[in-house]
Amino acid sequence: MIRIENLHKSYPIGKDSLHVLKGLDLHIKEGEFVSIMGSSGSGKSTLLNIVGLLDSHDEGKYYLNGELIENLNEKKAALLRNKFLGFVFQSFNLISYKTALENVALPLTYKGVARKERLKIAQEYLEKVELGPWANHLPNELSGGQKQRVAIARALVTNPKVVLADEPTGALDSTTTDNVMDLLRDINNEGMTVFVITHEEEVAEQTKRVVRLKDGVIISDELTNTTKAI
Amino acid sequence: MKFLLDSDTWQEIYGSIRKNKTRTIITIIGVLWGVFLLVVLLGAARGMENGFNKLFGDFATNSVFVWTQRTSKPFKGYQKGRRIVLNTNDIKVLKSTYKNEIKLLAPRNQISNLVTHNFKSGTFNVSGDYPVLDQIQKKKLIYGRFLNKNDITTFAKVAVISEDMYKQLFDKNVNPLGAYIKINAINYKVIGVYEPPTTVDFDNDTAYIPFSTFKKVYNTANRIDWMMITANKGVDIELMETNILQTLKSLHDVHPEDKRAFGKANLGKHIGKVTGFLIGMQFLTWFVGVATLIAGVFAIGNILIITVKERTKEIGIRRALGATPKSIRQQIILESVFLTTVAGMLGVIFGAIALFLIDYFFGQGQDAALTNPTVSIPIISIAFILLVVLGTLIGLIPAHMATLIKPIEALREE
Repeated sequence: MIRIENLHKSYPIGKDSLHVLKGLDLHIKEGEFVSIMGSSGSGKSTLLNIVGLLDSHDEGKYYLNGELIENLNEKKAALLRNKFLGFVFQSFNLISYKTALENVALPLTYKGVARKERLKIAQEYLEKVELGPWANHLPNELSGGQKQRVAIARALVTNPKVVLADEPTGALDSTTTDNVMDLLRDINNEGMTVFVITHEEEVAEQTKRVVRLKDGVIISDELTNTTKAI
Repeated sequence: MKFLLDSDTWQEIYGSIRKNKTRTIITIIGVLWGVFLLVVLLGAARGMENGFNKLFGDFATNSVFVWTQRTSKPFKGYQKGRRIVLNTNDIKVLKSTYKNEIKLLAPRNQISNLVTHNFKSGTFNVSGDYPVLDQIQKKKLIYGRFLNKNDITTFAKVAVISEDMYKQLFDKNVNPLGAYIKINAINYKVIGVYEPPTTVDFDNDTAYIPFSTFKKVYNTANRIDWMMITANKGVDIELMETNILQTLKSLHDVHPEDKRAFGKANLGKHIGKVTGFLIGMQFLTWFVGVATLIAGVFAIGNILIITVKERTKEIGIRRALGATPKSIRQQIILESVFLTTVAGMLGVIFGAIALFLIDYFFGQGQDAALTNPTVSIPIISIAFILLVVLGTLIGLIPAHMATLIKPIEALREE
């Protein structure tokens, strides 16, 4: 599903450049539940941005769903994001003046789904994350855990190939963290590829494969106990 | 253009406007004010124009008056200071020479005379006229009729008098029609009473009697005191005036460069001056109105730039969710156009109300400063098109800025 070969990325800082990713090789197959672990500055966010087509890489190859990603213009990137990827952010990134339902329906707008149809699908996904009754609430009327579940519903609504979660539990307390992780696992169990970025050990433990990143290189890549238990 | 009909597009615009109600309203006021000024100023300018037109209204605006004076240059053996007299032959010559140019030609003889009725009397102008005068200078008749052809051919002793003359010569509530007034010991039957014109007027209180009758009574023979000439449409009135004067000069052996021999008054010239002034006013109005409008539109552009900055994160989210740069751009341009047109419509509505009030307070009665201050639909349409174009152009700037936002940077912003 995601194949990365010898990926390099550096950012210019003044005259120098900061080499963030130093030749990553990573292969994530369909249906995997992977977490990228690393402290801040390890390059994990950069990796997610590249995987999420929000940023371009300098060197190496990136295949998404078998398609080589290169020379993307904004329009094509937008279409690919809309088609293959679902995003879950640390700070939820819901649009504050839209209701939960409208937020979930938003990606479908860009897919060109008619309004009625869109709201119907969005409602289904909201119910899937158990927020059916909150459909017409604005984000600021929801708790952190609820917001993140709305965001997850929004990530799922286009039926993407991969869900990319950037510190999905970073802003949540431990109970809601577990809820959200349970939800992500349920989604994964239904066959969705889930790609989580975190710096929390407890979060990583709940995924099936942990890739540890340090200073722009992968230092370990192993399956977790959770996987072994199943 | 399909996206214009899409309810989503409008939903989005409604959403983003609803988010910033106060700011949107204040922004709208900028453009509203521009359109309001444009409408009110244009309306007022039109009102003034109408006022001037009313002033000249009853008078044929392309007319020349010619009378005689004394010569100021000796010519062909004649001394200077000779009195010239126009005659009926001049009329014939002018009529045939300027067949195509002259529309109406009304000769007139005039005298000041004592007019009496029973024991009341007053000194008034008495003028011998042709019925055609009514076409050059419309007479508003309160009673009866104006002179007609029959009066001329029958040398009828009839008179059309002014309202003031009627008031001075008759008792209250007496029907003047059919009554006789005495001018120079001759009785004339009153056949009409006219209202003094509120507009430009050369006659004051005049008793109009048939030209033929005047000629007989005052023994004027072929003499003519002065004539009024109106030109056909499209004729250069000043050129015609010069030509006619040259013709008259040659007929009466007057030096071609003698400027005093004939007196003339050209109403067209004065009207031209006024028209020029009005055109200048209209230009000024458009200039001020459009400039204010542009300022207002800039305010909208400004506010949209701020909005885009503020919504950087939202735009980033949308981009991450699959919004193409084009859809973002469309959204913002449409928002700009929408705001400008809504503001424009409100401006037109308020402008119309203001014009209504101006008309109500300043536009009534004979001496009103403004008459029917209005703005025509084509002008409103032009203003609207201008608004849409300006709105689009100014929307391009924030729209472009929005597309420059990289989703990654936008999302990083906390």
